[in-house]
Amino acid sequence: MLTKKGLKSPGYLKTGTTIVGLIFENGVILGADTRATEGPIVADKNCEKIHYMAPNIYCCGAGTAADTEAVTDNISSQLKLHRYHTGRESRVVTALTLLKSHLFRYQGHVSAALVLGGVDVTGPHLHTIYPHGSTDTLPFATMGSGSLAAMAIFESEYREGLTRDEGVNLVTKAICSGIFNDLGSGSNVDVCVIEKGKKEYLRNHLTPNPRTYISSKGYTFSKKTEVLLTKITPLKELVDVVQVGGDAMEE
Amino acid sequence: MASGHGWFGSGCFCSLGGVGCHRKRKDGGDGEDDISFLLQKAENVGKEWKKMERKKIKTCVAIAGADYCVIAADTRMSTGYSILTRDYSKICKLADKSFMASSGFQADVKALQKVLSSRHLIYQHQHNKQMSCPAMAQLLSNTLYYKRFFPYYAFNVLGGLDSEGKGCVFTYDAVGSYERVGYSAQGSGATLITPFLDNQLKSPSPLLLPAKDAVTPLSEAEAVDLVKTCFSSATERDIYTGDSVEIIILNGKGVRHETEQLRRD
Repeated sequence: MLTKKGLKSPGYLKTGTTIVGLIFENGVILGADTRATEGPIVADKNCEKIHYMAPNIYCCGAGTAADTEAVTDNISSQLKLHRYHTGRESRVVTALTLLKSHLFRYQGHVSAALVLGGVDVTGPHLHTIYPHGSTDTLPFATMGSGSLAAMAIFESEYREGLTRDEGVNLVTKAICSGIFNDLGSGSNVDVCVIEKGKKEYLRNHLTPNPRTYISSKGYTFSKKTEVLLTKITPLKELVDVVQVGGDAMEE
Repeated sequence: MASGHGWFGSGCFCSLGGVGCHRKRKDGGDGEDDISFLLQKAENVGKEWKKMERKKIKTCVAIAGADYCVIAADTRMSTGYSILTRDYSKICKLADKSFMASSGFQADVKALQKVLSSRHLIYQHQHNKQMSCPAMAQLLSNTLYYKRFFPYYAFNVLGGLDSEGKGCVFTYDAVGSYERVGYSAQGSGATLITPFLDNQLKSPSPLLLPAKDAVTPLSEAEAVDLVKTCFSSATERDIYTGDSVEIIILNGKGVRHETEQLRRD
């Protein structure tokens, strides 16, 4: 109705990303690219998209950077308070419920698309969470603008009971597919491996995009504005300075 | 969104099936449909520009020197967040000594190139010689302005050698405004490259009297080096620039071709 009368609905401000996760034989592996964009411009060439939730839970974020960061920090803090209260390790479903109820409350205005993974007392878990609050429970998952490119790799090569190395290689391959085929994703590959009782955050696991050309002699940039005049004329020569008594202001 | 795209389809259909349409009207059609279609068409012309951003080809640079000219463009063609091809040449040879690099809507650029090359063929038949670069520059301007109210979505840089063998670069907007300059960048990477070129090759004001040459003081090798740096830097920060850069160097000896790999992400 209003759209027909010329009101423009605010478009989705979605930053391009490729984030993935999969379950292997004894845990969960998460992966992400490291490009942050503002429209057509790369805002950050090496940002972190795998966020800490709890010692045994991590969460990849796609969408508006501020939203993914704020929502994961917020829930991470609630989880810590919950651990102090109960004295037990956090469960992945607890994080999932907190995240989805927060996102549902904001009716999709908090644009965070998440891949949540972790290992708790009930075993390894992997979930995807959409900005409106709906969730999926999956053996392998992808999100963000590069999700189709990454899912193409998972659908053709994922199987149950992958070893740790096979899992890391598959995640890396899926992220690379996003990096090279989706313009919203790029730069490096981050990986996070979570197993029972231990985790490994492999920051910049692969750096497939080094700078291609550096001039052999370098460039010089002029340091300052051009100097037009060097003669100094003190202002005192141009005007008569009348000294007023020091206590003139006192009254 | 969908209506704009649909218009492309229906526009195509009309021109192909035009004869059939007329016959139907003779059979007793009141023609009202045609009028409403025209109204819809008029409405959509404005939207069309937004639509056209969809199939973009990007970033081109040209630098003129005393006895050479360098024209370069990356080879990526994209739609939205997808790469259509990593190996598309955006530089078109219009005459022996003039090359045009274009960014914008691929179909419009192709149509523009076709018009220019056919006009150039006629010129050759009439004058028995190749068109000079400044003449080609004026022809390009006229061709663009001819479609002032439904423009070609094309942003061009024309580079070449003039009749004295000096390097020349002409830069355009979509409706034919043009200027002879020492260097220029167009397309999605232009906002990143232009300030760097301004810093490195500060050109004299075109209003100065007596007029000064716009050509850059760099040697040919230095200019090619600068172009490579421009593109590898623009690729770092512009998502639409990448894959590889195609460089064409014109000088007294002839035409040289170079390519350099860029980031593919």
